[in-house]
Amino acid sequence: MAINWFKYSAPSTFYALAGKLIPWFAISAAMMFAVGLYIGFFVAPVDYQQGEFYRIIFIHVPASILSMFLYLVMAVYAALGLIFNTRLSAMMATAIAPTGALFAFISLWTGALWGKPMWGAWWVWDARLTSELILLFLYLGYMALHSSIDDPRRADRASALLAIVGSVNVPIIYFSVKWWNTLHQGSTIKFSGTTMHVAMQQAMFIMLAACWLYAIAVVLARVRSVILERERQTKWVAELPEVRA
Amino acid sequence: MKELTLFGMLKLVVQRDMTLAMRRRADVLTTLIFFVMVVSLFPLGVGPEMEMLRKIAPGVLWVAALLASMLSLGRLFSADHQDGTLEQLMLTPQPLAVVVLGKIIAHWMVSGLPLVLIAPVLGIQFDMRMETLGILILGLLLGTPVLSMIGGIGAALTLGLRGGGVLLSLLVLPLCIPILIFGTAAVDAVASGLSPVSHLSLLGALLVLALTFAPWVAAQALRISME
Repeated sequence: MAINWFKYSAPSTFYALAGKLIPWFAISAAMMFAVGLYIGFFVAPVDYQQGEFYRIIFIHVPASILSMFLYLVMAVYAALGLIFNTRLSAMMATAIAPTGALFAFISLWTGALWGKPMWGAWWVWDARLTSELILLFLYLGYMALHSSIDDPRRADRASALLAIVGSVNVPIIYFSVKWWNTLHQGSTIKFSGTTMHVAMQQAMFIMLAACWLYAIAVVLARVRSVILERERQTKWVAELPEVRA
Repeated sequence: MKELTLFGMLKLVVQRDMTLAMRRRADVLTTLIFFVMVVSLFPLGVGPEMEMLRKIAPGVLWVAALLASMLSLGRLFSADHQDGTLEQLMLTPQPLAVVVLGKIIAHWMVSGLPLVLIAPVLGIQFDMRMETLGILILGLLLGTPVLSMIGGIGAALTLGLRGGGVLLSLLVLPLCIPILIFGTAAVDAVASGLSPVSHLSLLGALLVLALTFAPWVAAQALRISME
């Protein structure tokens, strides 16, 4: 049986598919969040060094991981859109950016909340914090460029190029910041020899999965709006029951 | 008419842009004065203790150079875009990347090189020692062309947009962070008795990398902006 992989690369078919998938991702995300937070707050033991404060990692670590992965996913979609000129890829890239920026922000915010009791400072110029901040800047630049160009086609292509240049630059930035940090001050805190408790690990992985599911649900919902906005002149949009109503 | 070689084209674009810049010297001077002014503000802001000034000098000079190079980037393509020259340049049989490279080189000679040349004077104001000053200049010499190249991509992407100047800085500044880090780290290394070679090599590597890819990416960006 030959599967037509390109069927869902058309916005009209993908719109319907996304509509069907969103509830599944949203519900499973909510369930995973509930389970993950329960294990994180009630089952996982108290850390002997950090006390109760460490529990913020259950949201902090997944948010950081996602903020970085989403930039990569966004750049890949942007590149696909630029190379093959597919409309949907460009729309996906635009839909991912706000979620990625949100996760970068959450990661910085929770990091600051954790840093105050642990390091005694809201902000430390640690390599990881700094590169996360720069990542947030990159997301903001991408969104600013996209929103300041009126022609959506030009906006897609220009911001796609920026995303690709940014993704080439991310490793350079990361390593330069790392070396910069070790030069100026010794590494303040290191997670040395983390033999995490099983419950902690479980909570972390479940929260990571929950964040992924949440990100997918939100991106699909946002891409549906983008599709509607871009394709508003087409016949299939006019014939949609939710548009006619 | 004899067809131009790639190098001939490059030379022609550089000469043309230099001639244009020399006819509007005020623009060149504004960038330079901005650089001197920003650097001179720091002692007023943080206090005149020589010990501290000597310590922050490389960072201050580098950040000021970064900001000054942002200032003139908006003009890189916009004048040619407005009077239609850019469209004619895009129609030449030579690749657009060569034209872009020529414009970037001219931009650096007008806005980057003067900063490098005036930097020693400012360094002395900050009581920098001779060997650290030399490394600072060397770093600036390697780093400012990269700033112009990365900036060229940003300028091409934001060509003709409203609020282009601020947007340009927002796009380009995060990408310039590695240059800033390696440039200041080289000076710090000398100041603490270490070898600056690794940092300068990395700056050189970034320069080669930018020289290879940036004109091509900026040319693509121009095509996107002009269609």
